Amino acid sequence: MPERARRLRPARFDDLGLRRALGDRMLPLLVAAMAFLAALALAGSAGAAALVRHWQEGAAAALTVQVPAPGDAAAGGTGTRLDAVLALLRAVPGIGDAHALSSAELGALLRPWLGDAAGDPALPLPAVIAVRMAAAAPDLTALGARLGAAAPGTLVESQGVWVERLTRLARSLQACAWLVLAVVAGVAAAVVAVGTRAGLAARREAIEIVHGLGATDGYVARRFARRTTALAALGALLGTLAALPVLAALAVMVAPFAGKPDAATVPAELALGLPALPVIAALIGWLTAQATVRRWLRRLP
Amino acid sequence: MVRLEGVSLQYGSGRRAGPAVLHELDLTIPEGGFRWLRGPSGAGKTSLLRLLNLTVRPTRGRLVVLGSEIGGATRAELPPLRQRIGMVFQDFRLLPHLSAFDNVALPLRIAGRPEGQVRADVTEMLRWVGLSRRSDARPAALSGGEQQRVAIARAVVGRPSLLLADEPTGNLDDTQAERLMLLLKEMNRLGATVVVATHNEALVARHPGPAIRLESGRLRDDA
Repeated sequence: MPERARRLRPARFDDLGLRRALGDRMLPLLVAAMAFLAALALAGSAGAAALVRHWQEGAAAALTVQVPAPGDAAAGGTGTRLDAVLALLRAVPGIGDAHALSSAELGALLRPWLGDAAGDPALPLPAVIAVRMAAAAPDLTALGARLGAAAPGTLVESQGVWVERLTRLARSLQACAWLVLAVVAGVAAAVVAVGTRAGLAARREAIEIVHGLGATDGYVARRFARRTTALAALGALLGTLAALPVLAALAVMVAPFAGKPDAATVPAELALGLPALPVIAALIGWLTAQATVRRWLRRLP
Repeated sequence: MVRLEGVSLQYGSGRRAGPAVLHELDLTIPEGGFRWLRGPSGAGKTSLLRLLNLTVRPTRGRLVVLGSEIGGATRAELPPLRQRIGMVFQDFRLLPHLSAFDNVALPLRIAGRPEGQVRADVTEMLRWVGLSRRSDARPAALSGGEQQRVAIARAVVGRPSLLLADEPTGNLDDTQAERLMLLLKEMNRLGATVVVATHNEALVARHPGPAIRLESGRLRDDA
C-alpha cells in the first residue's frame, strides 16, 4: 500500500513547505564551493599518486655504477676492470641489462659541466654503467663489496634513494589532499546541518501540526532529507563542473613531469572520484538532514 | 477508551517549570462515549484536550488513551495512536501554504492511504462541509468560518476513534454549528469517542449530554 500511495501522490505535494524554507540558492552555492575545493584536492592527490607511480616504475629500477680507471687490468687477472665489473653485474640475478656508456655518451652527459674538455681523451674519466633492474633491487652493499673486490674504487649508486625521498614528499602531499577532502566533507555536513536547522526553525509550526496528526520522525526527516539531498547533489554537480577547466589546465602543465609530454591523460582516481563527488555530497546531505531532524524532533513528545 | 488516574500537568520542567495547570484529575470516558468539556476560560480545558491529543505527556499520574498507557509509551508508539485521534483546534492550525484540499488530505497521506482513496474521501468530506468550490483555496483566502470547517473536515476525514474539538463552533453561524453537531453525533454513533470543549450554552442546551467540568485545573464533577 505505501508503494502505491507514494507513486500516486502528487509530485509537488510539499506539506512542510520546504521548497521555501530550504531555499534553492544558498545551500547549493555553498556545497558547490565545497565540491570545487574537493575536486582540486582530489586532483592533487591523483596527480601526486601518478607521479609516484611513474618515478617508481622508471627511475627506482635503475642503478649507476662508476668504475674509475676502467682500462686498467682487473684485480682478478684477466681483462680490464670495466670488463670484470660488467661480467659480475650481468651474473647477478634480477639485473636485466648493464650497459657501459660509450665515451661519446659520457662526453655528451658531461658537456654542460666540463665544456669541450669533456671530449678530451686525456681526461681521466671513470666508466659509467647504466644498470636496469628486472626484479627487486639486490643488496647494494654486498654488490658494492663484490664489485670493489674485482675493481677497487667502484661506486654503486642507487637512484632509488632520490625516488624514495620524492615519493615520500608526494605521499605527504597526497595525505594533505585527503585531509583537505575530510575537512571539506565536514564543512559540507556543517553547512547542511545549519541549513536544516534554519529550515526546522522556519517550519516549526508546520512540523508540530504534522507531528500532531501522527507523522513519524521518519516521515518528517525524509522530507527534509529528500530536499537537502537534491540541493547538495545539484550544488556538488555545479562545483565539480566548475573545477573541470581548472583541472584540465593543471593536467596539461603536469603532463611533462609524468613522462607524457604530449598527451594529458586522466588518472583513474580522478576519473572515478570526480563523478563520485555529487553522489558523496548527496549522501552527506541525506545523512546530515536525517540526523539533524531526528535529533530536533526529540523535543516533541 | 480514555482514563485518567491522578493526572497532573505542568508545562516546562526543572527550574523553568510553570505552575500546574491540571491537578490530580480522575475520570473515565468509555469507548464510544460523548462528553462536553466545560468550564471558564483558563480552567484547563485546552490543556486537557492537549493531553488527550498526545501533544503533551502528563507530569504525574496515569493516562490511558485508546487503550494505551501514555506515560510509559515510547516516542515511536505514539504516532499510530495520534493517527486514530482527530482534533479541531480553536485556532484551526491549518498549513498556510497548502490548499483546503491538501490540508484535509494531510492525515490520510501521513497514514499512507492510497491516493485514490485520499481523493475520494477528501472530495466527499469537503462536499459535506460545503467547501467543494473552495478546495483549491489557501487558508488565507478563506473566511474564519470556512477555515474552521476545513479544520473540522481534517479532524474527521480519517474516521478517528477519538474526536476532540476545542470551541469548534466559535466561528460558525447557528446553521453551520448545528450541522457540525450533527456530524459529531454521527461520528459518535459510528463508534468514535467524542469530547467537545465549548462555551456555547445554547448549543449544550440543544444537545444535552454528560459533561466534564473543570475549574482552575480541577475536576468539579464527572457527570
